[in-house]
Amino acid sequence: MTAALVVGLLVASGVFLLLRRGLLRVVLGFVLLGHAVNVLLVSAGGMQRRGVPLLGEADADGAADPLPQAFVLTAVVITFGITVYMLALARAGDPGATTGEPFPGEDADRGGEAADQRTEGGPS
Amino acid sequence: MTGGLLVLPVAGPLLVAGLLALVHHLWPHTTRLDRVAGPAAAGGVLVFAGSLLAATSDGAVPVLQLGGWQPGIAIVFAADTFSAVMLAVTSLLVLVSLPFAAALGEDEDPAFVPLVLVLLAGVSGAVLTADLFNLFVFIEVMLVPSYLLFAAGGGAERLAAARLYVSISLMASTVLLAGVGLLYGVAGTVNLGELAGAAESSPAVGFAGAVVLLALGVKSAVVPLHGWLPQTYSRTGPAVAALFSGLLTKVGVYAVIRLYSVVYGGTPRYLWVIMAVALLTMVVGVLGAVGEHAMRPVLTFHMVSQIGYVFVGLALSTAAGLSATVFFLVQYVLVKTALLMCAGVVEHRYGTGDLDRLGGLVRREPLLAGVFAVSALTLAGIPPLSGFVAKLGLASAAAAAGQYLAVALLVGVSLLTLLSMVKLWNGVFWEPPAEQPGADGDAEPGEASAADGGASPVASALGSRVRPLVLAPPLFLAAAAVVLGLWAEPLLSFSTVAGADLADPAAWVAAVTGR
Repeated sequence: MTAALVVGLLVASGVFLLLRRGLLRVVLGFVLLGHAVNVLLVSAGGMQRRGVPLLGEADADGAADPLPQAFVLTAVVITFGITVYMLALARAGDPGATTGEPFPGEDADRGGEAADQRTEGGPS
Repeated sequence: MTGGLLVLPVAGPLLVAGLLALVHHLWPHTTRLDRVAGPAAAGGVLVFAGSLLAATSDGAVPVLQLGGWQPGIAIVFAADTFSAVMLAVTSLLVLVSLPFAAALGEDEDPAFVPLVLVLLAGVSGAVLTADLFNLFVFIEVMLVPSYLLFAAGGGAERLAAARLYVSISLMASTVLLAGVGLLYGVAGTVNLGELAGAAESSPAVGFAGAVVLLALGVKSAVVPLHGWLPQTYSRTGPAVAALFSGLLTKVGVYAVIRLYSVVYGGTPRYLWVIMAVALLTMVVGVLGAVGEHAMRPVLTFHMVSQIGYVFVGLALSTAAGLSATVFFLVQYVLVKTALLMCAGVVEHRYGTGDLDRLGGLVRREPLLAGVFAVSALTLAGIPPLSGFVAKLGLASAAAAAGQYLAVALLVGVSLLTLLSMVKLWNGVFWEPPAEQPGADGDAEPGEASAADGGASPVASALGSRVRPLVLAPPLFLAAAAVVLGLWAEPLLSFSTVAGADLADPAAWVAAVTGR
């Protein structure tokens, strides 16, 4: 029940963010959706038995299903990699990405600092 | 052939890709090595696929239970004729596309060839695996390099298309993963052999499987999930688009066919959905192409339309229909890549694929025009070419199953395809280039290629023609279309075996489950 509510909440907020303008919100929406699917995968192994799935550590009757946990581990890695790439894509088309201009809406001081460092970085 | 070798088409390209990346890291500026090693790896996979075809043509199914675990626990690799055919055609495409990319200069990025090899490894794994979660992983292995290749070269338009492409693919992958989770929840396994027929007997498994099929439908771009494909494929690099057209959507198609054949046991209960989607895809795709006015957008809409043809055979779910689907898939992948390569050559040489701005190329580029004409007629399905054999197979299978609406649409959509191809031929090759009234610099703003004020790109590109080397890959593929039409027997015999296996996957299931 809790898992179902969590999945529902995550999917709802993920879809809400996906439908907003701006790639940053879309990326955050994908992060939430990814989490929703991960919870769904874990719960697919059954929510009643949540013991340590190691032989000799706990009795086999109460041990959790280790296979969905392995699925989730793989899925987390993939989602993480693609999220980082999407963030790079979000920034890549922005003129500030190459000139050091502050990102629209970004803290102007931090953007300025980065630009300064870049100009000090080398004469090239 | 022993099953243990099945890991080679995945491990080989991955290993070569890793070594190439290492070499680039240690000794920069060694793209010459790439141009040998990349095609060599793809050629190795092609040779392997050939021997796999020979080994599976009698119905044998080599199986690898990874890690030596007992069947049901191990991750399984299995190959039947359908897998072997797909492996052969995809590795052939990579083998042909790499020199094409080199000739267009798209492989200057040192990461290009390693990424294409990782892509090939993902495709090989996806067509060989018999485990649903493993299928998801290999689809991701295939997609991640495609994201990078897609955006390579930059440019605002390409980056915008890349954002759309990555977002849609990620959405589909998320849904696919959710479907795998649901399927595991209701069936307790993701081994396709254990799942055989499960969706036929249990509606819950059928629903969970439908979520997976929905996600794969996005990947294979069926209507109404097709919107992303024409918008993205016409905006990436020409060589990359030619490569993707043969590999990415086809893996989605492969997975749908395999899943429906095994997990749903080809049940007639849901076939009407597939038939409706297939016919809708055919019609909407071809009508979309009518409205386009540049080479690659027209061709990408035809990709959508042809995916519909592939699914018509699946929707019949008879051995004849499935074998016609396999034949159609193979010849269509080859010919579509040839067409996209022709479009890529034109765009590369003349700076645009816009039909209004091109014209009269038949005099300047007779070889290119010939390759395009043969490929276009094959796509439309004109007799001695392979497209005719494929469409005849589909139409006769549909007639045998009593699906006369499908027969009528198969023929009607072919006519519209021919119309579209004639439009391309006239616009690019036959008609003289459009005279731009008053050559006093009234070129439309924003058209960067018309730097000399209104002259057509053909006139302004006087001098060197397209190098014959660039035309070798599409020429080879067009020749394959002719050969497969005149001498269709070998491929027909393979596709008949594959269709029979798909209609009755008992041997495949027995091999995968080890029972």
